[in-house]
Amino acid sequence: MAIDMRVDLAGVSLPNPLVLASGIWGSVAGTLVRAASNGAGAVTSKSCSLAPRIGHPNPTVLHWGHGFINAVGLSNPGAHVQRQELARAHEELAPTGAALIASVFGDTPQGFADAVHVIAEAEPELVELNISCPNVESEFGRPFALDPDAAARATEAVRAVYAGPLLVKLSPNAPELVAVARAVVAAGADGLTAVNTLGPGMLIDLEARRPILSNRVGGISGPALRPVAVRCVFELAGAVAVPIIGTGGVSSGHDALEMIMAGATAVGIGSGLYCEGDGIFRRVLEEMEQWMEQEAVDSLDEIRGCAHG
Amino acid sequence: MGEAIYRTYRVVARRSEGSVGATLILDGPLQAEPGQFVMVWLPGIEERPLAVMDDDPLALTVRVVGPFTRALAACAPGDRLWVRGPYGRGFPVRGEQALLVGGGSGVASLTLLAKRLMQENGHVRVALGARSSDQLMLPWRFRELGCELLLATDDGSEGLRGTVLDAAEPSLSAGWADVVCACGPEVMLLALARRMEGSDVPLYLSLERSMKCGLGICGNCYCGNRLVCLDGPVFPVQEVLCLLEPPP
Repeated sequence: MAIDMRVDLAGVSLPNPLVLASGIWGSVAGTLVRAASNGAGAVTSKSCSLAPRIGHPNPTVLHWGHGFINAVGLSNPGAHVQRQELARAHEELAPTGAALIASVFGDTPQGFADAVHVIAEAEPELVELNISCPNVESEFGRPFALDPDAAARATEAVRAVYAGPLLVKLSPNAPELVAVARAVVAAGADGLTAVNTLGPGMLIDLEARRPILSNRVGGISGPALRPVAVRCVFELAGAVAVPIIGTGGVSSGHDALEMIMAGATAVGIGSGLYCEGDGIFRRVLEEMEQWMEQEAVDSLDEIRGCAHG
Repeated sequence: MGEAIYRTYRVVARRSEGSVGATLILDGPLQAEPGQFVMVWLPGIEERPLAVMDDDPLALTVRVVGPFTRALAACAPGDRLWVRGPYGRGFPVRGEQALLVGGGSGVASLTLLAKRLMQENGHVRVALGARSSDQLMLPWRFRELGCELLLATDDGSEGLRGTVLDAAEPSLSAGWADVVCACGPEVMLLALARRMEGSDVPLYLSLERSMKCGLGICGNCYCGNRLVCLDGPVFPVQEVLCLLEPPP
């Protein structure tokens, strides 16, 4: 019997559970469509704000022993330019069956709402609120995702201007992660993306005797993040009823199935594109299917959240 | 001691490249394919991609276009540079009669190719173009390697008066080359690609983009559906022809 890999994400049907994570491969139609053509069930654009942002100077992204550290600083062309590119991406994605998730951020709740208002015109299947970027604290203050009330205010403001499926991306650094999740769901979020990068962390170059990233600190992703992300997804799935995209260090079928067992509906892949490029989507799907076949599991629903016992 | 992100080099010698910039010869080798690039960090200033001009010892040629390249070009013997890489897909080392076509700072990505081809006993012709003679990049290096030089300047101050394509034209129309490799402004690459349309001589183009990670992650260096750092910077012409920007 054929294995059914389709998933329903907040009312949006995805051909498979793998999602290109936000911030990877940018926001242009060409690269988003390429990821979908190579097996991603949904693709997330890089976070965009109402006004354009240059972001931090290089070095901004570094590969270290166990993953990446980055502080790109939310560089983006602004919502009006992004809207056109995403409209094109949306059109070109249609034949692939993959959904477009538009990631948006703002410096205030109204800033989130204003950016979403513009981006929604590109008709993405879902909008994801990035309330959890750890790399702009010196500019914007504490990320909304660290505080249940602030997170709820951003979600509410967007809910007032946007009726479509809404995801909120949470931070593994929130001391009260479950309280934040409950607050954004109560404020109208239809799903969660868990998690953004960990930290922030820092790397120091011995010769230069100073931090390497121009922002000095940056978010940790890749293998080092994975066990933390799995724990976050597990806690959230036990506390809220909305679907979750489990994201953080996934690079194999094993890792993706681990997220599903923790309770994720879909699985984000970001840093995993390093080395392998978009070939990773097909490989991870094949590895998942192989395991499911061996274990006589016909659909992901059978194992979703099974780790909760 | 492991885990360091950058390898630190010291500048051993600096050679001025006229009004263009400078070539920095460093104190150690870096194993690289011709056409690959490195990310160079100057702490407190910035980090940017640069072509590997030579591999043993590592040498970099920098064209001054902004604060980072100005600081890099001003490095003196004894100064340190932080280097990670090499990254990307380089030029294939093939062909018994290779025509290299270079303009702008892209010329630096052709010198290591010329060296490898000469080591393989190939014949290498190098067409270089610039606005005027003091802006020609690295002609001395190609001469040193024993390549045949075809020069063109807009003002006729060296070589023929015209574009680099004019300099390459006699070789192209005579069917001299069995492979053509080019790097330079996109307008130049597009013109060369159009000139060679219908030819069965393989053409490889090296593209230049602003980069952040250099690792195929951030997407900053996209060109259509390609990432220059991951899929390139060197592409067979068929892969990128439809993505090149037409002249304004």
